[in-house]
Amino acid sequence: MNSIEQKLLAEIADLHEVPEGAYNIRQNGEAAGRRSTANIEIIPKTDKPGIDIRIKPNTRNESVHIPVVLSETGLTDLVYNDFFIGENCDVTIVAGCGIHNCGDQRSEHSGIHAFYVGKNARVRYVEKHYAEGDGNGERVMNPTTVVELEEGASMELETTQIKGVDSTKRVTRATVAAGASLVIREKLMTHGNQFAETDFTVDLNGEDSSANVISRAVAKGNSKQDFLSRVNGNNRCAGHTECDAIIMDNACVRAIPEITANHLDASLIHEAAIGKIAGEQLIKLMTLGLTEQEAEEQIVNGFLK
Amino acid sequence: MLELKNISFRVEDADIRKDILQHIDLTIEERFVAITGPNGGGKSTLAKVIAGIIKPSEGRILLDGEDITDLSITERAHRGISFAFQQPVRFKGITVHDLLSLAGGKNMSVSEACAYLSEVGLCAKDYINREVNASLSGGELKRIEIATVMVRGTRLSVFDEPEAGIDLWSFNNLIQVFENMHKKEGGSILIISHQERILNIADKIVVVAGGRITDVGTPDTILPTLLNASGTCSALTDKLAGGAVK
Repeated sequence: MNSIEQKLLAEIADLHEVPEGAYNIRQNGEAAGRRSTANIEIIPKTDKPGIDIRIKPNTRNESVHIPVVLSETGLTDLVYNDFFIGENCDVTIVAGCGIHNCGDQRSEHSGIHAFYVGKNARVRYVEKHYAEGDGNGERVMNPTTVVELEEGASMELETTQIKGVDSTKRVTRATVAAGASLVIREKLMTHGNQFAETDFTVDLNGEDSSANVISRAVAKGNSKQDFLSRVNGNNRCAGHTECDAIIMDNACVRAIPEITANHLDASLIHEAAIGKIAGEQLIKLMTLGLTEQEAEEQIVNGFLK
Repeated sequence: MLELKNISFRVEDADIRKDILQHIDLTIEERFVAITGPNGGGKSTLAKVIAGIIKPSEGRILLDGEDITDLSITERAHRGISFAFQQPVRFKGITVHDLLSLAGGKNMSVSEACAYLSEVGLCAKDYINREVNASLSGGELKRIEIATVMVRGTRLSVFDEPEAGIDLWSFNNLIQVFENMHKKEGGSILIISHQERILNIADKIVVVAGGRITDVGTPDTILPTLLNASGTCSALTDKLAGGAVK
């Protein structure tokens, strides 16, 4: 792995060396390293690109890292990763994709991740998307996440795209069974002429299921963002969806929170707010000695922290 | 020393002209100066003119002899002017620790932050990682706002009505903060207030009404006139006549 790829790896998965626990590193469409552990088995798929990650029931305090790096221009990478998480597990999964495109051709990564989370298991899933490179080639990422939470399971999904991705369509589909809970936290920043589309659908199917979908976004330059969040309450449940966006320069953000109650005891809330940085926030930080630009950076960094 | 020379500020909207400040001449060299007067009299505007948030229509501002009239908010902050807002600003995602660090110009250690927060009556461990957002009460935000000014420890700290918007019990504790600040060696404090206990500890009281300075003096000379004044400052008169918060 060269220094560019190592830098990408550090950026997306905070990895500076081989991670502890199970891992699978995908580099330019091929496996660059893999390790299974006693409880976490990583098996390459035979019918299509990708891996199955099987985590034994009752596995606790273990982690899996599955980063992807693309440094070749003109590469289109499609991968299917399926996670089968046993009952009563408590695990952390770190994914992410880094693209470095110095060439003039489009580099694209589409990761389709499915999570089948067993009864009473807890999963924390962290995903970061990042791209760089001074070529004219587009850097495209289209992640799809499918989540099926069984009874009493819980999942926290943190998805972040801070920089460099020219075009992205981020699709998440989740079903939540009785007593299970899902938290999605999205952080998104677009700049230049970038376009980002987020499309979340959560079906709260089980009694006392819950979901909290929170998106914080900053759109700069001429970038555009579309945010669609659908929460369907199909049973006695609690759902909350929130989109909070800062627009700057000539950017455009469209937020469409949609809640549907198909059950009398479904309790659903949506909130959406879009606006520029408040002038008084800038003034306050300027009275502390920051320049207007520094104040703006601090406000944006804090907002996306 | 801060000198305001012939400061005026007016707003013009269509054919209507409103004079907010008119020919203000004021020198602040004492350690603790209080500005008081009726609501709408121009006090907050004057404070914002000093901090650079509002540019005066006329007049000059000098800080230790240097003309700072045309300096930006940031440049004035670097020259040593701090400003505590009457209504503190909220930030999503920025924690109390972040804000104190920004105020101090460096990443502040938890123990340092703790020292400042305890000065304003907050326990650091409860607050340091909280976001400066709508989850904090008005009184908590006010204390944090004051702490950001204390951290800077500049030669002039301006407080715009620190008592506004907080309950009497909280303010009673807050007065001690200003009494302590007054006792400590440091820069000058300019405080806009209606509270007798604040006015009492001032070295100088400036009364601003109708956009003009109507009186300047020590608490001994000014407070009796405020209490007996008719017409000029009824809100203040009523408040003081009704008894100060003990």
